[in-house]
Amino acid sequence: MPNNPQLDANGNLRHFLTVEGLKRQTLTDILDLAESFATVDAQSVKKVPLLRGKTIANLFFEASTRTRTTFELAAKRLSADVLNINIQTSATSKGESLLDMLHNLEAMHCDMFVVRHADSGAAHFIARHVAPHVSVVNAGDGRHAHPTQGMLDMFTIRRHKGADFGALRVAIVGDIMHSRVARSQIHALNILGVGELRVIAPKTLVPPEADALGVHVFHDMARGLKDVDVVIMLRLQRERMQGALIPSGSEFYQLYGLDADMLAHAKPDAIVMHPGPINRGIEIDSAVADGEQSVILEQVSNGIAVRMAVMSMCLGRAPEAAGEGS
Amino acid sequence: MTTQPDIEHTLQSMAARLRELLAARGIGDPCMVGIHTGGVWVARRLHELLGLGEPLGTLDISFYRDDFSRIGVHPQVKPSNLPFDVEGRHIVLVDDVLYTGRTIRAALNEIFDYGRPASVTLAVLVERGGRELPIQADVAGLQMELEADQQVKLGGPDNLALTIQSHAE
Repeated sequence: MPNNPQLDANGNLRHFLTVEGLKRQTLTDILDLAESFATVDAQSVKKVPLLRGKTIANLFFEASTRTRTTFELAAKRLSADVLNINIQTSATSKGESLLDMLHNLEAMHCDMFVVRHADSGAAHFIARHVAPHVSVVNAGDGRHAHPTQGMLDMFTIRRHKGADFGALRVAIVGDIMHSRVARSQIHALNILGVGELRVIAPKTLVPPEADALGVHVFHDMARGLKDVDVVIMLRLQRERMQGALIPSGSEFYQLYGLDADMLAHAKPDAIVMHPGPINRGIEIDSAVADGEQSVILEQVSNGIAVRMAVMSMCLGRAPEAAGEGS
Repeated sequence: MTTQPDIEHTLQSMAARLRELLAARGIGDPCMVGIHTGGVWVARRLHELLGLGEPLGTLDISFYRDDFSRIGVHPQVKPSNLPFDVEGRHIVLVDDVLYTGRTIRAALNEIFDYGRPASVTLAVLVERGGRELPIQADVAGLQMELEADQQVKLGGPDNLALTIQSHAE
């Protein structure tokens, strides 16, 4: 196996930085484990003692409410202690001061860093510099990857459409270019053997590497949605756009917005997903976002179970053999 | 080395003793919970023999084990499912083998995270020596004296059978 910096010598997850390069079995393990963690919601005490005594630091260099909150809840449901550290991004003095801060947190005996950063590769950089006992989970780095979001989307798809990804046609719609979520989804869907993967976007918002990722590119939304099982809408990331990539919000919505008429091109039982936050009337109509086919809020709940799975896999080594009877 | 005691006969005698014990304790409508995986097989049969009204609950104690930091979590954790409100109920907890007592400790902790039961009664198919915690079975089908390097395993879910394996280290 090529040395993947996320894996330990036994091929088990030590960090979770990107979906790219992981085996199908690892992704399936995450999804299976998340399925068990989802049952913790049925307990009156919504907590398991798995990570008692572990300390997890959320390092958010970029604002986020939903992702940070679900990571925090996931850690707390595993009984870990959580530190939330919101750091204003300072464009200049990252390098050294960042490492100093990490070493300080290590000195406080943190076991895991959950990192969100505006720069692609930030989580990898941190993973390269942490002490051997520390795990790093990427909570979104620049345009590169948002692997727990990608996995919670796979979890949501599997719950609705079954485990046979080969039978599914999935369309990702909108701003693929700036979306780390789309990149993680594309890698995960490919590893899980999706039947057909489409991206639907104007030419200016399709990344040049799209063809290499094995996706079918559509510029016409109605044709792209024809007979799909899953529609994944993306947020238009205006804050990341430089220059005139889209003509105007209303024209974008005319061409690539999802309303009930447009959704009718997909299969009648297609599910509609969106990683949030949603821009109503910019990429998706309220009637669809709140409609029967929407699973957008489920994605949020599923995020907790999937993050519990990833955290517990990184912090506990998988057993070599099945447990002993006692 | 394998031994083949008559498991069905053992289960029937366990059911009879459980019925007596529950009657003596004045418990009319208990909820049965089996521990994955072997305990669920044993519980399924006992549940049937006792004709209990409440559906059978199942517990996977992986998230409550005390050795997570040594062996991690196995991805094939089965979901726990307690299809009744634990609060105030009499629970019959069932496992295949009682050995160190650590599994039962974990199971008790997990049950209490679902609610506060009125009581917990423990029934096991096999009781062997080697307890590391002050835990004992109320009903045990078989007693076995085994060496520390021996392991007794229940095979199933159909045709339940016990196997004793030695793995000298």
